[in-house]
Amino acid sequence: MDKVTTVIKPSAGWRSIDFKELIRYRDLLWFLTVRGIKAKYAQSVLGVSWAVIQPLFSTLVFTVVFGNLAKIDSNGVSYFLFSFCALVPWTFFSATLTDSANSLVANASMISKVYFPRMVLPLSSILSKGVDFIIALLLLIVFLISYRFVPSWQVVFLPWIILVLLMTSLGIGMLLSAMAVQYRDIKHAMTFGVQLLMYAAPVVYPTSNVPEPYQQWYVFNPMVGVIESFRSVFLGTIAFPYEWLAWGTLTSSVLFVLGLFYFRKMERVFADVA
Amino acid sequence: MNVIEVKGLGKKYRIGKAEKKSETLVGSIVNGLKQPLENLRKIRSLTRLNDEEDIVWALRDVSFDVKEGEVLGIIGHNGAGKSTLLKILSRITEPSVGEVQIKGRVAALLEVGTGFHPELTGRENVYMNGTILGMRKKEIDRKLDEIVAFSGVEKFLDTPVKFYSSGMRVRLGFSVAAHLEPEILIIDEVLAVGDAEFQRKCLGKMQDVSNNQGRTVLFVSHNMGAVETLCHKAILINRGTLEGIGQTDEIIKQYLTKEIKYFRKKRESSELNFFRSIVLLNHELEETDIFSHTEKIGLEVEIQLAEWSNDLELALSVKNSVQRRIFTKNIQLQEFTQGEGVFCFRVFFEPGYLMAGEYTFMVYINKPRVKAFDLQESICPFTIVDTGSVFSKYGSKMGDIFPPDTEIKLVGIND
Repeated sequence: MDKVTTVIKPSAGWRSIDFKELIRYRDLLWFLTVRGIKAKYAQSVLGVSWAVIQPLFSTLVFTVVFGNLAKIDSNGVSYFLFSFCALVPWTFFSATLTDSANSLVANASMISKVYFPRMVLPLSSILSKGVDFIIALLLLIVFLISYRFVPSWQVVFLPWIILVLLMTSLGIGMLLSAMAVQYRDIKHAMTFGVQLLMYAAPVVYPTSNVPEPYQQWYVFNPMVGVIESFRSVFLGTIAFPYEWLAWGTLTSSVLFVLGLFYFRKMERVFADVA
Repeated sequence: MNVIEVKGLGKKYRIGKAEKKSETLVGSIVNGLKQPLENLRKIRSLTRLNDEEDIVWALRDVSFDVKEGEVLGIIGHNGAGKSTLLKILSRITEPSVGEVQIKGRVAALLEVGTGFHPELTGRENVYMNGTILGMRKKEIDRKLDEIVAFSGVEKFLDTPVKFYSSGMRVRLGFSVAAHLEPEILIIDEVLAVGDAEFQRKCLGKMQDVSNNQGRTVLFVSHNMGAVETLCHKAILINRGTLEGIGQTDEIIKQYLTKEIKYFRKKRESSELNFFRSIVLLNHELEETDIFSHTEKIGLEVEIQLAEWSNDLELALSVKNSVQRRIFTKNIQLQEFTQGEGVFCFRVFFEPGYLMAGEYTFMVYINKPRVKAFDLQESICPFTIVDTGSVFSKYGSKMGDIFPPDTEIKLVGIND
């Protein structure tokens, strides 16, 4: 008879992804994602509408505070669209960050009782937030149509932009979730950390407002490339920022690989410290 | 063919050290400021197991083989390392040393209903739980009707699980697990759930899995009756090391004799009221664990009381081999003493009640409706041998106790 042989012994060093195993557990990934979505909107009157309400209200507040009162430059388009366009990827980023960082701690009881590839937990957090992202993106398109904006031809790069967004979220998410199992400080730092991070990205202001000498460092933040590309494609605020997006791709790849390997290295002690 | 080979397996954990406390105000302020650093060192050390001083081996140098189709019982006291062994075998945690080779698909049941989410419906949770245990969606689609029928919650399948009673939740969880079809099944004490009827159903299912489907099963339990009926072979684990491996009945005997020894010597306990020693005696005051059915069963119990109350009672129960209580004797302690101290009681049970078979005692000091002190389950195992009563030819198949005296009258003959 042909049987799989599993060898269990102390492991050492760094490990990459076990794709074969992830594929075998794809149904689990699917149901965890569905669970994440359903549980989030269960017993709420507005249900999935919350996915739209959150970025929409933030945009309204930003428009009043930063657009009308502080009169921050918005590259010549309405401040409302300017900030909403940034909040669509940003809300996804901050939500996945918080959720995936918590994913291991929140499922500690599962980790200590059953074996499954641990990576499905942060992965499913990202996937379930993906639904909110798509809904917000559709709303953005509705706004664009009503304001009669036509996206530039660089809209074909959208998959590239989203890939950078995904790698950044997943990379930091895996890094933080693996750390949060052992150091619960991460959980406390998360809530305000994400808020602070928002000011390190061009959400409420354009990158052109950042003084020249600092800009070369600023663009290492992968969210700069993502957000500015979004605005360039949909609103035509600036010429498509190839260079910024390239730097973002580099840092997001580094973050992704770093997060991945750290996660895989720490994975073996999750059940002991969770 | 060996499907599981365990070689020199060991797992170490770190135990916490007592914290330094300062007695001066300045000292405590300094300590408070140092606290984050101290915390960092402590949390980091959870995953660094290099210095030897505060390390404990939960499992050390354990080796054994399991053959295909074998049902292996794993027994031992609480904290002996059984669960650690299961966690390593099911890949939840890694061993510190040693190696295990497993041939075939493994499913481990360390808990019933893992991954259940209260907001999701029963149906959704069946899929959730099933996939966590390694089933494919298609497999669950195929077995859904069977799973639901086995659990008996058909009517509530589309109700969120948070509205289920705890019994329903457990039944649904077990049904999913019972329909796994791995080549190797690892089970930890899951039979200790649900009501009596459901437990019987589970035991039946387990027997079916091992006998008829020829699968390999590893089974951890404190229920010696279940281990005895289900397992061909057993291993005994004590303080992290393998103490015995062999025929189930011999290993169980080895385990139970250990427990007698444990209670013969004077013990200390952190409980306020506790048993110092418990010994079985025959009518000549000799220590023994075998009685004939015509012999008195004596129990010498030494208790230490540090928290007196007038309603304290000493409860002595006799349980049969599947841990069912047969009878309980309550002794009001205020009839003998009015306060704290160390007391030694000798209690004799009259003969003529118990049929031939294996029994154990369950003892505890009870403050009725408030608290049970030092509950000791399954201690002082003893055997009743039937040396020629009317019932001896029936063995213990008749039940556990002799029938009471009965009045029988012939009230008529119909032809």
